[in-house]
Amino acid sequence: MDLRRPNRPVIGPKVRQVGFVTPDSAAATSSSSIPAVSAAAATSAGSPPSSLSPVMIPPPRHPSTEMSNPHFHPVGSYNPSEQILGSPPALSPSRSSRFDADGSDFGGDDDESVALSGVGGGMTPKSSLLMRQPVTKTAPLVSETHKRDSNVSKGKGDGPSAAPKEKLTKAERRATQEAQRAAKAAAKEAAAAGGAPSVSKQPKPATKPATQQKKDVPSGSGPLQPLAPSGSIEKKQGKKEVAAPHPRMQFDDMTKVGKLKKRAVVNQSEARNRVELFRHLPQYEHGTQLPDLELKFFQLDLIHPSVYQVGLQFLSDKISGGNARCIAMLLAFKEVIQDYTTPPEKTLTRDLGAKVGSCVSFLIECRPLSVSMGNAIRFLKNRISSLPHNLSDKEAKSRLQSDIDRFINEKIIIASKAIVEHGVSKIRDGDVLLTYGSPSVVESIFAYAHGIKKNFRVVVVDSRPKHEGQGLLRRLVERGIHCTYTHLNAVSYVMHEVTRVFLGASSVLSNGTVYSRVGTACVAMVAHAFRVPVLVCCEAYKFHERVQLDSICSNELGDPDAISKVSGRKNLNYLDGWAQNENIQLLNLKYDATPSDYVSVLVTEQGMLPPTSVPVIIREYGIERLWT
Amino acid sequence: MPDVSDFILKLQRRRIEGSHATARQTAELLRSVVSQTRMPYTNQAAALLDAVRAVGEQLIAANPVELAVGNIVRRVLHIIREEDLSSSAVSFEGLMISEKSDDEDDADHKGGPVLSAAAVAAAARSTLRPRSLQTLLEDGPLPAAPSKSSSAGDSEGKSKSDKSAVGKRLKHSVIEAINLLIEEIDDCYEDISEQAVEHIHQNEVILTLGRSKTVKEFLYAAKQKNRSFRVFVAEGAPRYQGHVLAKELIQKGLETTVITDSAIFAMISRVNMVIVGAHAIMANGGVIAPVGMNMLALAAQRHAVPFVVVAGSHKLCPLYPHNPEVLLNELKSPSDLIDFGEFSDCMDFGAHGGAPLMHVVNPTFDYVPPNLVSLFITDTGGHNAAHMYKLIADYYSADYLVIKRKSTSSN
Repeated sequence: MDLRRPNRPVIGPKVRQVGFVTPDSAAATSSSSIPAVSAAAATSAGSPPSSLSPVMIPPPRHPSTEMSNPHFHPVGSYNPSEQILGSPPALSPSRSSRFDADGSDFGGDDDESVALSGVGGGMTPKSSLLMRQPVTKTAPLVSETHKRDSNVSKGKGDGPSAAPKEKLTKAERRATQEAQRAAKAAAKEAAAAGGAPSVSKQPKPATKPATQQKKDVPSGSGPLQPLAPSGSIEKKQGKKEVAAPHPRMQFDDMTKVGKLKKRAVVNQSEARNRVELFRHLPQYEHGTQLPDLELKFFQLDLIHPSVYQVGLQFLSDKISGGNARCIAMLLAFKEVIQDYTTPPEKTLTRDLGAKVGSCVSFLIECRPLSVSMGNAIRFLKNRISSLPHNLSDKEAKSRLQSDIDRFINEKIIIASKAIVEHGVSKIRDGDVLLTYGSPSVVESIFAYAHGIKKNFRVVVVDSRPKHEGQGLLRRLVERGIHCTYTHLNAVSYVMHEVTRVFLGASSVLSNGTVYSRVGTACVAMVAHAFRVPVLVCCEAYKFHERVQLDSICSNELGDPDAISKVSGRKNLNYLDGWAQNENIQLLNLKYDATPSDYVSVLVTEQGMLPPTSVPVIIREYGIERLWT
Repeated sequence: MPDVSDFILKLQRRRIEGSHATARQTAELLRSVVSQTRMPYTNQAAALLDAVRAVGEQLIAANPVELAVGNIVRRVLHIIREEDLSSSAVSFEGLMISEKSDDEDDADHKGGPVLSAAAVAAAARSTLRPRSLQTLLEDGPLPAAPSKSSSAGDSEGKSKSDKSAVGKRLKHSVIEAINLLIEEIDDCYEDISEQAVEHIHQNEVILTLGRSKTVKEFLYAAKQKNRSFRVFVAEGAPRYQGHVLAKELIQKGLETTVITDSAIFAMISRVNMVIVGAHAIMANGGVIAPVGMNMLALAAQRHAVPFVVVAGSHKLCPLYPHNPEVLLNELKSPSDLIDFGEFSDCMDFGAHGGAPLMHVVNPTFDYVPPNLVSLFITDTGGHNAAHMYKLIADYYSADYLVIKRKSTSSN
């Protein structure tokens, strides 16, 4: 690595300069908005064409501004790793596009370029609001660095169109960076920094990790983060990476099921009339656990009340949806940690880990974990086990709690904000957007797009038995968005008028398969057949290295009684008493797997990616990577 | 005619459900129309045709989406024409009958050993079958697609007594033929389900959507032949007819699994064959089917699962679909999807200046393009989609495909 690093900065920038710096200087005079950006971040010159999404085809806007060929080529040839990693270019172009949307005209003058990079600066409230997300995403939250950054770019902004000068500063920067990097041995940096685009940003990660490397750095979420730890992790994970994901519990394995039952806190009775194909999945009679759980309330000293509460909420479907469940679980764990005291003669790392483990198994008994929850738990356990031994209880607890907060904040809340921004860029006036079920991220995309006065219509497709779309419909209509509501079967009827399909996901697997609410695959398939682009919106923390080809090997079974009863149709009682007849089974699947070729683009906080890039994201930005 | 207006009312109010019931009742109604028609001395066939056409026009207008009505009207028109041709043929060329009696054994299997019917069938074959080398050899020179007017001209050349006899005979034979048609509509289930064992093997996993009587009989027949197989039934929202079908299937001891429509894509990878019913089969081989079928067909295509449509011949429609998703569709009440009152404030057309914020779309039918259908099983056997137009040509005459022509000119 040390060998490689000196190479990169030398070769990398050169390639870059050949690639786009020259066209940029030419273009700087010709087009208005882009040079402004490019001046601000000396680098974004290459990125504007690939507005917002490093991976996506440049939007039509830029070609029209007469900076066509010279500018695009560099982008295409420019290093692909950056495109995949997507951070820095994702940042600056998103700004530029947003400004376009706002209609403010950015000539190449200083103030604005300063404003562009100096995040907190003098912006209109709307745009500054917008700005915050990408910045918090990429830049560490530390405000000092912000200030420094803005100062730096201000200094740089003096000569927005002077290409040679830029080069100079770049070179300087490069020099300082290299020194810092050498100290840090960050092998990945080249990939993340990608080269030029990072110039204005590079100082941040470079200086910051240098100062507070061992203290938990992770605050700077997403793209830049891996810089610091990755070098050290690399070695550690040499072994780990080879290992396949742990095989899941198969419930047709009688010995294992027996063992599990012994440990189980909750007595559950197996559902009758199981579907043969799904023997390997757990299915319990719905509602049988509740009275049992209530009885045990005072006996379960192992289970913290907040976990207990969350478990019951999962069980009764009061909390559903990947993000909501994950957040609820993490908050419960936070309370567990709050109330935790290390028993004498035990170490916190071990004992707390075991305690969390028992909480998790309780939650699993209530409802199988979603992938997002699994990832969050993995993260938490990782944090617990990596706590230094010499910490006092109090310190350790507060550190864990802040870790959890940060996870929720960065991985879920800020990530979804970033996704909203990316997603909104794909909504044009007059679009008809279709969504299925009630994905929270997609809802906020619609709300945000409506907020910035985009003119569009939403088709909400819903399905039995949960009818989650009705909630979404209600909320959208209350916001004043024009909606069409229909059921899944009619999706090919409405697909004619639809221009974009926005879907949510419970998880995205390593082979690009989107694992999501059952029916999503149908919608994506019909959209594919009608040549309508499908955008799957998913936070990167939901990615998982597992692979899956069908929806049968791994799934979750819901309550079969929900199928026999149709809400609002009293006279539909043909299947009453179905459990008495052993010839009939009711299958209530909860998830299905959408093949990756139905997905046009994955919208994540890392940018817009093709589904084939999922393994890259997992490798480079995986949960373990980030925070070990 | 009170029957007619009654029936029209029923059609308009969508009281008659299912193409089978509609087809049967239409045929019965037309039979009574034929029997009540006064026969003039001259040009009797034309009188019958006009009467049937007039009624048929109203029926089709009453429910244009129920294609079975139009199908039956066209077939009755076709029958009248055939009978007219054959009766004139009988009266003039006794030879023709003897010549065509060879074909009788072919016609017999339809269950109508009636001589006139057989003759009709034979005549139909000879006159309506598009010219092939074989037909040319069989029948020698044929009248080149004799039209109504020419047959009328023929009948005019006869003596009066002859005419009345022919007239009675014409009416009678038309009624006979319509009876045969009704019989055929009733028997289509048997004819189709006879073929079940040829298509369903042991341990098969079959997926169906909604409820179709044809599919039910098809599966029953296979079960009766001691084939054991498993059926997945997608419930078919928003009508949930799949529940009914599931209940019927388990009564016969079939292993049945009810799945939600959303699980179709998930389950289809484990399915050997998709068997569904249809609302109508268009001339291009496309299928008008209950809503959700297009999704199912796409999923089947994705997983290379055969998509089989079973349908009686009364569902064969001689029209080519144009924009069928919209034009051959029917939007039902939103109350199927959301509870009354829940969103009614948002759907108020008066509130936002005639443009409510919310629409609820609840279509009844789906159009499955022919390339998604692997096989059609009708009462005449299995056919592929590309062959449907040929099959349809056997049942309808090209002259009467557009029934409305007259009304458009008069209006």
